[in-house]
Amino acid sequence: MARTRAKPAIARAQAPPYVPLRGHPLNEEEFRGQVGSTAWAPRLEYAWDAGVAISRFLDGLRQGKIYGVRCRRCGRTVTPPRAFCELDFKPMDEWVELLDTGTINTFSICYVTWDMKPLRVPQIPAVIEIDGTSPRVGFLHLVGGVRGRTVTEIRRQVRAGLPVRAVWKPPAKREGAITDILYFEPVRKRTKK
Amino acid sequence: MSDRVAVVGVGAVPPRPLSVDRSYRELGFESATRAYGDAGVTHQDIESFISVCEDFHEGTSITDEYTPDQLGAVLRPVHTIAGDGLQGVAAAVMLIRTGIADLVAVEAHCKTSNILTHEQVLAMALDPTYERALRVTPHFVAGMEMRRYLHETGSPEDAVAMVVVKNRRHALGNPVAAYGGILSPDDVLASATVCEPLRELEISPNSDGAVVLVLASEEAARRTPKPVWIRGVGWASGSPWLAGRSWGQASYAGVAAEMAYRMAGITQPDREIRFAEIDDTYAYKELQHLEAAQLAPRADVTRMVMEGDTRRDGRLPVNPSGGSLGMGYCFDATALYRTAEAVRQIRGEAGRAQVAQATTGLVVSWRGIPTQSGGALVLSAD
Amino acid sequence: MKRKPSRRVAVIGAGLSLFMRRALDTGKELAYYAASQALQTAGIRLKDIQAVVMATAPDAFDGVHMKGEWLLDGAGGVGKPYLRAYVGGGSGVFSIISGWMMVASGVFDLVLVVAEEKMSSCQPHPQGAFLTIFDHIIERPLGPNLLWIFSLEQQRYMAAYGIRNEDIALVSVKNKHNALAHPAAQVAAQLTVKDILDSDVVAWPVHRLMVSPISDGAAAVVLASEQVARRLSDRPIWIQGVGWCLDTSYWGNRDLAYPRYVEKAAWMAYEMAGVTEPRKQIHVAEPYDPFAYKELHHLEGLQLADRGQAPEDLARGRFDRTGELPSCPSGGLMGVGNPIAAAGLMKVCELFWQLRREAGARQVPGNPERGVAQAWGDLMQIGTVAVLGVR
Repeated sequence: MARTRAKPAIARAQAPPYVPLRGHPLNEEEFRGQVGSTAWAPRLEYAWDAGVAISRFLDGLRQGKIYGVRCRRCGRTVTPPRAFCELDFKPMDEWVELLDTGTINTFSICYVTWDMKPLRVPQIPAVIEIDGTSPRVGFLHLVGGVRGRTVTEIRRQVRAGLPVRAVWKPPAKREGAITDILYFEPVRKRTKK
Repeated sequence: MSDRVAVVGVGAVPPRPLSVDRSYRELGFESATRAYGDAGVTHQDIESFISVCEDFHEGTSITDEYTPDQLGAVLRPVHTIAGDGLQGVAAAVMLIRTGIADLVAVEAHCKTSNILTHEQVLAMALDPTYERALRVTPHFVAGMEMRRYLHETGSPEDAVAMVVVKNRRHALGNPVAAYGGILSPDDVLASATVCEPLRELEISPNSDGAVVLVLASEEAARRTPKPVWIRGVGWASGSPWLAGRSWGQASYAGVAAEMAYRMAGITQPDREIRFAEIDDTYAYKELQHLEAAQLAPRADVTRMVMEGDTRRDGRLPVNPSGGSLGMGYCFDATALYRTAEAVRQIRGEAGRAQVAQATTGLVVSWRGIPTQSGGALVLSAD
Repeated sequence: MKRKPSRRVAVIGAGLSLFMRRALDTGKELAYYAASQALQTAGIRLKDIQAVVMATAPDAFDGVHMKGEWLLDGAGGVGKPYLRAYVGGGSGVFSIISGWMMVASGVFDLVLVVAEEKMSSCQPHPQGAFLTIFDHIIERPLGPNLLWIFSLEQQRYMAAYGIRNEDIALVSVKNKHNALAHPAAQVAAQLTVKDILDSDVVAWPVHRLMVSPISDGAAAVVLASEQVARRLSDRPIWIQGVGWCLDTSYWGNRDLAYPRYVEKAAWMAYEMAGVTEPRKQIHVAEPYDPFAYKELHHLEGLQLADRGQAPEDLARGRFDRTGELPSCPSGGLMGVGNPIAAAGLMKVCELFWQLRREAGARQVPGNPERGVAQAWGDLMQIGTVAVLGVR
């Protein structure tokens, strides 16, 4: 190993945080107009192989079905399906047709786009636990069919534990994609007369 | 407590131009299953997992997220190195030598076929202010380096073509290689010019692949059937700038090899290394790396290649597996394919590709253009 | 992993750059500022360094593929063994774990660890870099953005334990206040819970002032083997334990109310450090706080509060700088800023200064002898933990 030559440590009084830290902050105007910069808009395109398990899942979506898969060893039924159980590390091949209903595990009401622009109509992302799977197994999707735009209005209709049902695209419009499900809507109780 | 580390398991999917039937998860699962089976261990025996991958190769930001499941590594110590495969191996060696882990897996994968805009991805690696604006194929970096290398060494283009001929032919004897073939030097020199003097057949063709290695401490290695010992490992980076680098030499490989040799106690590499699996992403790189790794003095390299010394049956077999030119180029997984093949050689499991008396081997890796980063690994039977 | 490492590793120097919303300085320059300050305070020069670790999060921020390569000259890596460890938001604390491996292995005696982030280059908004963290086939088509993850997790945490937004807002208040004494701070402020809750809702239940800012900045430390540390430093701070743990990418199959992967990482580090009662034996904590609720979530994962109880502990002052267990005395990401990888290493720097009683106006009282720094990232998946101490 290289030999290290010792030097006296800088006196503690000069050690951070006492020393001014370096950096040149810019405000937005300076950043956008007054300093030299180079711009680049990349073209990055990929076509991912879905593989055995997800291909079958997507096929199922095209047919209006949500598939899961069961591990014979740990007994979990999970979705989205996978070719192997990630816990037991064994192939998983017992396919199960699940229901297209579920329960909201958690949700949010999002008022901004990814680049922080305001959304007039908020999006309601949620983790939906799909009926027929093991406890707390779900996937990301959107909640729709909800009236109103304010947090208060929406929270009156959407809560954790709410039963929901998939609203599908018409068969002719389906592509074999997660968006073949337009959203999950609250299951409305039938009112007694 | 010993500091010795061995490779005790190897698992890989045969590299192929396409892998449409399976996702990266499914390829990873196969390579991990094979590696753990080869080592005689289960996924639960592995104590830590290291993945080598890059966001823009996967088309995913923070691609580390998608590493644990197909390794059987859920809720375990897993980390990703956005770097060279041999950096992953080095990290595993160091982790084992800290004393806290006996068994560590290293994985790398790439579905190069899933990247549609290859040259755009490569171009993104160039400095945005000074280098990217040139808007020519990014292979220009290799073209320029090859030009300088030929100029400095006086090597003829035939020597470079011979590397292609050799490696494609070696690949014929390797059942998992994708690009085995019988070419003549004229075939190579007649192929399309990509960026003069670089020709199309001198660029290793892409493939999809996945590799997992299992490394073990000495204590754990002695309980496995076929340990291959890591005597030394090294890695280094040169300047990222195109301007001001020493274009003719692969100095990063020299520094890395020197570190590996020092650790291995090797003082005369050209005598003590029996065979080598050396990065040949571009054919001229094999020659440049040979020299940097002190396996041949600059003046001898051309002669050695032209006279067949680096063929499988020659004095210093280089890329008996076929290298990337013969097996396919797999981005981040390439270095681990070189390592896996070297391990098979030392175990005597290389079949028709077997080098006689392959007791000590060297692996040299490179991260590809425009980097000056690479690694070296010395492996031996004891 | 029950065995103890055979060699000890110390931190002997630390450095930071300013944390800024938009820096004129390039990523290389920011790395250089932090690295040169770390070397200076360690009393060594770059040529004494034998290896360099770099931590920096998504390449998409910079628009440079393999950006670890591009940045390496600013981090002092030219001609040296240099590598980049990348575990998303966990990178800042993982960087010191990676450096620890290098020294504890006996392969190197002096290692420079640098963490850098320059988010401002990504246009029109750095959050765009996170669009592609989601599963490419079954999530991205839904158009998710980064805020969804945090708001879904926060909502689950609140619902599971009956936590109110008022309780969470206190984290923003505490950390922005603490950061008033931090020289690198970008968003230090004296605010009230009402101020926090009056800020607009970005993704309910998350309010704007519960979100750490976009930042550019860098941090660095110097690690040394025991022999070298004793020779070079009068007050080395020892890395007593390290831990890291990555959970499944199938985050919809997990309970988001509790970060079990942080717990596993924490116990790995505690066991290595010989800590059996964290609440007694940890004297200062720097948990990762990219959003206000995360500090609470992580304090529970770190075993420093009962599940669902961290908000109550916070409200009664336990985690104040003058409280029983000061948490984020630096001001954290909520107060100092969040240049992703650098923010995690900033927390390690804070422990270094706190344990050496050099933190000035941020100094926690008493005689803190051991601290824990933690970072988190990926899809709510990874916990990276380091325990540092004076012995």
